[in-house]
Formats: sequence, structure tokens, C-alpha cells
Amino acid sequence: MAFIKGFGAYLPERVVPNSEIAALVGCDPQWIGEASGISGRRFAQADETVSAMGASAARDCLARCSVEASQIGLFIFASGSAERRFPSPGVEMLHRLGVTGAPVIDLPMASAGSLFGLGLASQLADAYGEVLVVAAEKMSSVVLQEPLDRNTVILFGDGAGAALVSSSAGLASIGAPILHSDGAFAADLQLGLAGPMGMNGPVVVLQSSRKIPGAIREALDAAGVNARDVDAFLMHQANRNLIVRVARALDVPAEKFYCNIDRYGNTSSASMFIAAAEWSQSAGFRPGQPVLFAAFGAGFHWGALVATGV
Amino acid sequence: MNERQSQIKSLVQSLSRVADADPSFEERLFDSGILDSFGLPDLVAALESRFGLRIPDADLLPANFASIQAIDAYIGRARKDA
Repeated sequence: MAFIKGFGAYLPERVVPNSEIAALVGCDPQWIGEASGISGRRFAQADETVSAMGASAARDCLARCSVEASQIGLFIFASGSAERRFPSPGVEMLHRLGVTGAPVIDLPMASAGSLFGLGLASQLADAYGEVLVVAAEKMSSVVLQEPLDRNTVILFGDGAGAALVSSSAGLASIGAPILHSDGAFAADLQLGLAGPMGMNGPVVVLQSSRKIPGAIREALDAAGVNARDVDAFLMHQANRNLIVRVARALDVPAEKFYCNIDRYGNTSSASMFIAAAEWSQSAGFRPGQPVLFAAFGAGFHWGALVATGV
Repeated sequence: MNERQSQIKSLVQSLSRVADADPSFEERLFDSGILDSFGLPDLVAALESRFGLRIPDADLLPANFASIQAIDAYIGRARKDA
């Protein structure tokens, strides 16, 4: 058994409104809102790295949970936008946190990285005790590469999130993680070593709108929970239009899906934890009430899990 | 257009964000803007409901839904395989 102890988040200070992005790519700011539900996003400073943002989210999470970094038995760091191939951003984050010797596992996964990290942490907590999962992305460094692609520039933002998983106690018990991968569509959402990012939007939308509800149903079945009884859905913030369609496929009100994409855009793997960190301050786990986590991203990798308040 | 093709056209028109959309048999629905990205999963759901199909994930490819002609051909193949 593993538990979620809490969440943390970090968002860069600079707010980038749709008007600024629209001017870059020559489109109507209103179209960005209609196509994605996004009205603004945050962009990191030029010298701000994913490890620095991840360390900030980690500190926020540790502070909220009243846990010291030195108490963590294992770190997991997810990012699809790290600045270099090696060493990994995870080990740099450890250095920033003043941690020496504890292991860190890097997941070079965009979008679904936080969910995969959370699922892995739930399975590894028995061996490592406290597991801190961090996801950080600097998507501005990816989508602002020339030539600009307006279909990706409008969507993405920067940020980091974290979740602390414990083998002993917490706010919610973590159910069986449902994790899937399929490389058949690898070319439809990819970022090569030299960029630019490539996204076949129609394929991504078609596949995600089918695979996310499927994984959610699997996770709910495994937990013996009806979709209508879920207290809150905390999903990767990819696009508001996608979230609405997932809600429709599950026949649950879209209002049950916590949504902050309007303010932060799609922060890839960080988005689910950023949403969870905000949700936990405004609502949070309630005893006996199930909360559903779900994500989908490049690979494709996708999945879902249920955490139930204790 | 035969009856099935007319039904497909009617579904496309009901989901289009273009007022008075009147797609021809071969017109590219996505390229012409008659359907946007998120119109595609809505179209898939509508086709499954109208024609009693369950379209497998592997067939969820834009090419299968690119035009009324492509959709009609896909449904024909899917029903033959069923």
C-alpha cells in the first residue's frame, strides 16, 4: 500500500497572454482561446532550467508535507524538455536540493511522465519509504524554435509539479496504476535532438480522446468505482476541448475535471501535478472519496489511477 | 450520393462549425476547415452510433475520415470485416 502525502508546484513569474503569442504567429488571440481553452501561460527565464523549476516544485511539496529532502528514499524526475542528454536533470535537481547519495530515476517522458512517475512510486514505496515524484518542463524552449508552428506555440507553457508518495501514511491511498504504451504513433508527436517539435494534431486528438477514457474505465473498474462517484478528475491539462470530450465519453459533468489550462497552458508532464497542487488547496482529498488521475502523451504513453481519501 | 453517403454528409454538417457547410463527396473535411481537430472524435462517436460500429483504435486515423468518400469506404470495409 502507498499513499499520497501531498503536492507542490512552481510556475515561472512571467505571464504570457494570448495576444503576445498571436503576434508571434499571426493569428487571432480569440482563436487560441477557442482552439484550446488557454488565455495565458508562463514562460521561464532564459537561464531557468527544468532542474531548477523541478527543485522549486520539490521544495514546495516538501514544505507542504513537512518533510525534509534528506528523508526521501527515492526521487523520480519526469521531463520531456530537458536541456541536455546527460547528465539527467534529476541528478542536478538533487544537487540543488542539497541531497547526496539518494537515487533518482529520470523519466524522459512528456505529458504522461507525472502519471507514470506516480504509478512507479506507488509500486516502489514499500522498498524506498518516501518517494518524491517531480515533473518539470520548459516547453517555451521547444516551441519557440524557428520555424514557429502556430499549432504548438499556442498550446504550451513552462512549470513544474511534484507529489510525495509514502509507504506509511498520507492523505489518500493509491490504487492499481493502469499504464500503457504504444510506439505505433511515435512519429505523430515527437521532438528530435535538434528540434523542432512535430505534432500531428488530428492523430493525437483521435487517439487521446479514445485512449484516455479507456484507461480511466480500467482504473475505475480495478478500484470498483463508478465514474459518477469520483470526487474529482485530475487530468493532464492538454487542451480544454479534450478534457470536455473525455468527460462526455465517461458521462460525467465536465465540472468534475479540475481545469487550470486557461492560466498555464499545457505544461506537459508538469500539468497534472500543478493541477493537483492547486486542487489540494481549494478542495483536496476527502475520506472515502475517490479521485482519478489520468494522462496521455508522446509515445504514445497513457494511463490512469485512482487515489482514495483516507 | 446514396443513402449511407447522405447520412454521413448529414452527420458532418451537424458537427461542422462552418455555417451552411455543404461538403462535396470528395472534399477534404479537415483541410477545408469544415471539421476541426476536435470535430474528428465527435464524428467518430456519431458514426459509431449511427452505423452500429465500434471503430478500433488502430483505425482511428485521419485518413479514414478525410472526406465523405473516405468515410463511406471505411464503413463499407468495417461492415464487410464484421
